[in-house]
Amino acid sequence: MLLDVSELAVDVATRRGFQRVVDRTSFSIAAGESLGMVGESGSGKTMTALALMGLTPEGARVSGSIRFEGRELVGLEEDAMRQLRGDRIAMIFQEPMTALNPLRRVGAQVAEPLMLHRALSKREALARAVQLLEHVRLAEPERAARSYPFALSGGERQRAMIAMAIGCSPRLVIADEPTTALDVTVQARILALIDGLRSESKMAIVLVSHDLAVIAGHCDRVIVMYAGVIMESGPVEAVLRAPRNPYTLALLEARPRPGAPRGARLKTIPGAAPVAQGDSERCAFAGRCALTLDICRNVTPPEVAFGASHISRCHRAGEVGLAP
Amino acid sequence: MSEAPLLEVSSLVKTYRSPGVGPFARKNARPALAGVSFSIEQGRSFGIVGESGSGKSTLARIALALDRPDSGVVRLQGRSLFDLPRRELRATRAHMQMIFQDPYGSLDPRQRVETIVAEPLAALGGVSRAERQGRVGASLEAVGLRASDASKHPHEFSGGQRQRIAIARALITRPRLVVADEPVSALDVSVQAQTLNLMSDLEREAGVTFLLISHDLAVVAHICETTAVMYRGRIVEIGETAAMFANPAHPYTRELVDATPRLDRPTHAPLAPLKQDPSGWSRHREERSDVAIQGAAGRPTTPGLLRFARNVELGLIRQGHVPDEGDDTADGCPYVARCAFARPRCREEAPVLETKGGGGRKVACHFPLD
Amino acid sequence: MTVSARFRPQGGLSLWLGAVLVAALIAAALLSLIWTPYPPTAIDIPHKLAPPSAAHWFGTDNLGRDVASQILVGSRVSILVGVIAVGIGLAFGIVLGLIAAFSKGLVEDGLMKLSDFVFAFPALLLAIMLTSTFGPGVVNAIIAIGIYNVPIIAKLTRATANGVLSREYALAARAAGRGPLAIAIDHVLPNIAPALIVQATIQFAIAILAEAALSYLGLGAQPPETSWGKMLADAQNVLYNAPRLALYPGIAIALSVLGLNLLGDGLRDALDPKLRARS
Repeated sequence: MLLDVSELAVDVATRRGFQRVVDRTSFSIAAGESLGMVGESGSGKTMTALALMGLTPEGARVSGSIRFEGRELVGLEEDAMRQLRGDRIAMIFQEPMTALNPLRRVGAQVAEPLMLHRALSKREALARAVQLLEHVRLAEPERAARSYPFALSGGERQRAMIAMAIGCSPRLVIADEPTTALDVTVQARILALIDGLRSESKMAIVLVSHDLAVIAGHCDRVIVMYAGVIMESGPVEAVLRAPRNPYTLALLEARPRPGAPRGARLKTIPGAAPVAQGDSERCAFAGRCALTLDICRNVTPPEVAFGASHISRCHRAGEVGLAP
Repeated sequence: MSEAPLLEVSSLVKTYRSPGVGPFARKNARPALAGVSFSIEQGRSFGIVGESGSGKSTLARIALALDRPDSGVVRLQGRSLFDLPRRELRATRAHMQMIFQDPYGSLDPRQRVETIVAEPLAALGGVSRAERQGRVGASLEAVGLRASDASKHPHEFSGGQRQRIAIARALITRPRLVVADEPVSALDVSVQAQTLNLMSDLEREAGVTFLLISHDLAVVAHICETTAVMYRGRIVEIGETAAMFANPAHPYTRELVDATPRLDRPTHAPLAPLKQDPSGWSRHREERSDVAIQGAAGRPTTPGLLRFARNVELGLIRQGHVPDEGDDTADGCPYVARCAFARPRCREEAPVLETKGGGGRKVACHFPLD
Repeated sequence: MTVSARFRPQGGLSLWLGAVLVAALIAAALLSLIWTPYPPTAIDIPHKLAPPSAAHWFGTDNLGRDVASQILVGSRVSILVGVIAVGIGLAFGIVLGLIAAFSKGLVEDGLMKLSDFVFAFPALLLAIMLTSTFGPGVVNAIIAIGIYNVPIIAKLTRATANGVLSREYALAARAAGRGPLAIAIDHVLPNIAPALIVQATIQFAIAILAEAALSYLGLGAQPPETSWGKMLADAQNVLYNAPRLALYPGIAIALSVLGLNLLGDGLRDALDPKLRARS
């Protein structure tokens, strides 16, 4: 396994003490695999992604285990972590305008990890940067390298950020909502680009998104998160075509279906999403779930397996089915 | 019905000028709207779909007379808005209201919900305190909140609830037309569903007609009978929503439909590595393909994605970065730089929005798809 | 992306300390209205330059006047200067700033250029020009300092008002049919108030310093009026004999300015909605 996460928990500092945001999640990624992390806001998916990079905010407490290429990352000294970042593990952020330094030229930023991790000279790194920009399908890569971020469009900036991320051929790339801020046609191309890059270099990807359809089209496996807990995980076709968790089902049914009659009633989830429960013994979705029973409020649901690493955390997993 | 349409927009033109540096700099005029016309009938919600740079937000503001166009007319129930004296225009605003995209920015954080929701009434004047309280309570309940929520502040509510407050504010004067600019884009999926249900209910029960502007085709298809597709300041296609998305006539509409991720695809096929320079098989020598075709062992993806991928591979769809201002071909079709089916005529002559086939469909294309 | 709240104990400390110092200043001023150990202008040559003692807590100056009493009365002047000068700045500055923000175009540019023009004069130079023209004295000093405050507040008002006007709720208000005056009163002013309050405390401190400088130059308080600045000027003459006479007003000024700045810092944090507890 390239990445093995076990009982990962993240607590962030708030005025009222620590708030658990990721609640003892466990998952793993094989080399070259694409894992989707889906959930709504507050589900903990972004914080999980940040924890993998060691980029949790100041004051946050990370516990559990993250083993990357056999090496434990939780508790690793910052220097060692910094050596990994950009080299073996890279990240692509949602908002390329803020993730790129507006005061430095694009080429210099793409070249930076190469100078840092591959000890290339500035000239060599810049030349390689132009090659990378071409590889990510930027028109006029030399001109783009000389430009500042504001001169590029949103899609171009995102391609530049991807170039920056893949420069050192990382084994794992974490993409946190990489296309949410982009137009849908640009999104399609960027996602296709990421797919192409992945298949030619066998790098693994964690794709964090709130959009189930994006995950369906570009990931091998998926994790569905709610209130810091993994509700369901497994191969994409299994989870999204035949979900075994009421929350996954609710997410699927909430989206307007193409071809459905106009104004058809969408199934909604009553109530509001809570933050992670921490140590309490109950299912995070109890109360909002259509299948809630007393046991759901009092006992943490077990992980129920449905073959081929498809797991659902639910007391009534066997009863969940798509409405006809 | 021989009634005047609820909203009628004719030949709207609006150009933003970004200041050039120095006396000889090119003025960089960007046509935000280059001649937009459509009309909305009472009771038939209307959608506008477009990406960034399409001019849809500018259109929303001008339709509500929050911005003046360079030329063109906007008529609400037959009355031309920009010809009205200021006071009458303000009174007319009671009939047309707006919901914005950002549930966090569209409510004044320092005001109580009651003041926020009653703001359109304050503009009208002549409403007693008691009546105001009553109407605020009723409006809040109509959107699924409680009358007692009126005394709270926005920060006490979630994003979805704030959007409901914004809707309550838009409804308080019982408008006929509500312009919704990306009303659900900033919301989680489950909250989106609640808001869309609410909008459908309001359509039926409160007689509200929506002008819904969005980049999300599924959202527009859920609410709107008729939809216009905008590209760079022009309407390129307009027609009955479901039929149009199922069988797009304009290449841009088809690009949008194909690019929209859908859940109903059988499986994700492993993709072959990216091809290098396609000089052998492409008409456009510089083209590169983002999308690789699945390998021999790959299982098929949806027809849409497959078609899209094939077209890109064959160089029929160009590298899709939106051309910047300098590339605006003054005479030809605005989509020519990206169009898979562009022919010489498209570069020379701008197509006009014309009726195509039956069913009220109009396309602005010299060679519409079948 | 979620943003976690950060603990800011320093914000509270600034506020607390600043409030205490400012409260002390105000208390001294109020006290001086009803009681001082000695009449501040009572000359007592036989006991001039006396060191601190039970009778005179801070000693006496070169004319035998009780220093403690003078400090108390001086605080009154400082507060008066601060309140009126900042008041002038706020009254005119807010109006001009709002006019600029709502008018846009040439009016906005013109007003801001005018502000820059006034701004370009060193504060002191402006005050000297005015008091030389219209005569010295505390009142004229106050007016001069007040005039200096106007462009500062105007520019701040314009900038923050523009910020508010670019928010969607301002657009929503326009869409609802509110006119510019209504939007200014209901939306702009409440939202720019925190920035203005903070700036006002800073200007208050600057006003006190400016008054001290003017009085030191002889353009502010004229005898028999007294102020901390004038005390500093008088102390200069006897600096070798009794340096402590410069210390008392100097420390009083320093503590007041410090207190106001801390208060401003603390208020900035206290009024920041992002750091406020959600109910």
